[in-house]
Amino acid sequence: MIDPIFLAEAAVNGILLGGILALLALGLNLIFGVIDIVWIAYVDLVMLCMYLVYFLVQVYGWPVWLGGLAAIVFGAALGVAVHLLIISPILGSAPINQLLATGGLLFFLQSFATFLWTTDHRSVRLSLPSLEFGGIFLPLTRVIPFGISILALIGLYLFLTRTFVGTAIRAVSQDREAMALMGANPRRIYVVTSAVGGLMAGLAGALLIFQYSVHPFFGGQFGPLTFMICVLGGLGNMVGAFVASFIMSEIISIAGVVWSTEMGYVIAFVVFIVMIFARPGGILARRG
Amino acid sequence: MSLLELAGVTAGYGAFTALWDVALRVERGEAVAVVGPNGAGKTTLLRVISGVLAPRGGTLTFDGAALAGRPAYEVVAHGIAHVPEGRRLFPTLTVADNLKMGAYLATARAHYPESLERVYGMFPVLAERRGQRAGSLSGGEQQMLAIGRALMSRPRLILLDEPSMGLAPVMVLRLFDLIRRVREEGYTILVVEQNVRQVLKLVDRAYLLEVGRVKMDGRAAEMAEQDFVRKAYVGL
Repeated sequence: MIDPIFLAEAAVNGILLGGILALLALGLNLIFGVIDIVWIAYVDLVMLCMYLVYFLVQVYGWPVWLGGLAAIVFGAALGVAVHLLIISPILGSAPINQLLATGGLLFFLQSFATFLWTTDHRSVRLSLPSLEFGGIFLPLTRVIPFGISILALIGLYLFLTRTFVGTAIRAVSQDREAMALMGANPRRIYVVTSAVGGLMAGLAGALLIFQYSVHPFFGGQFGPLTFMICVLGGLGNMVGAFVASFIMSEIISIAGVVWSTEMGYVIAFVVFIVMIFARPGGILARRG
Repeated sequence: MSLLELAGVTAGYGAFTALWDVALRVERGEAVAVVGPNGAGKTTLLRVISGVLAPRGGTLTFDGAALAGRPAYEVVAHGIAHVPEGRRLFPTLTVADNLKMGAYLATARAHYPESLERVYGMFPVLAERRGQRAGSLSGGEQQMLAIGRALMSRPRLILLDEPSMGLAPVMVLRLFDLIRRVREEGYTILVVEQNVRQVLKLVDRAYLLEVGRVKMDGRAAEMAEQDFVRKAYVGL
């Protein structure tokens, strides 16, 4: 029998992980919802941002917050670059081509990172204390990133619902031509969307580097999971992706304690496959 | 000089030509209708004017600016608002957010609160339903929202594409009353309609479009009198 304290700790850790997964999933989902393209290489952009923070903080001794800020700016710039250099020229072509192009980017980035930085695992370790609640230990290196992701998600929500540009992003995802009739250049909206998606990748990278070590194949660790969360929540459905992030992180975290980490992923994948048949439109999709 | 002037406009899709050598003008403060059967090219004509579709040839002048072939997001900045066929609202956005998007242009954004008040004043039902999703409105309310959204850009010319389409007969009459009120507010209107009898009562002048060509034009009252028009379109 497993100590209930361990289970409780796993549940809390699941929530902490879910916050960061939500950041990844919503970034990817935003881009898909608006531009209708899945950036297969999304988590590989996160990987680049993790390397950036590693070098700035660990090697060049920048303060952590400044390294994080640099990653956010770098991520946004990467997002714009991916859109302008790869997506924009093939926007009108068949969806499979767009998928293949971002898939190609994934292999390029993995090889590029291996070439430059070898396959060594690198990490930034901060020595922060843990909080304790009734026997449950919460390391601040996980609590603080969780808090920052939740703040970022609230920021994203306010941006998408309160501002003209954010509302226009949602409007373009519904009817691009009608939004052009309102005076918005859809191409410019796409660039802004890509920048926001990239910014979230940068922030996720800045938060992940303090919990996970980065290596050229980091994308394989979180990429499929992020994509599954988006599908589980319903592609393009932001609230669905948010909920699905926590479902998946709880499964992985609790099953990881009860059995093993590998088993946690196996169960998460099985749940995913079952849900795809049970609710193909996503967990929050309306029936019929 | 007319507010809007088209000369020799030819346009189409792929190998298909929908408009042949169309000439048309709209004066400031005027209401003009384009009538004609299904497939006459009425919708295409509005799409060319608002920049959704680039013409193959001809000139399009609005208030002295040559706009043929300019993209839609530039044309609206010149003061042409297009209420497209089927309304094309943003269905999951609220009524208020749809109106907000109507004021997306920088020049319109500066006057957003007063434009909103004006539109809510003209269409009180939109104010009541401001927090509701646009997709949940009735057909008539959706058409009001589409017109209100167009007014939010502070246009000088409004293009209405089949505003009565899909509405119940009672609602059609109310809608024409609403358009009349929009007119009385001083807006210039170019309207495309199947409902010929009603629309000829609303406008000053009309053009009859058939298979992509202007077949006839003149004062609305005179058009309604023509035997040919009456038999073919007014149904009397």
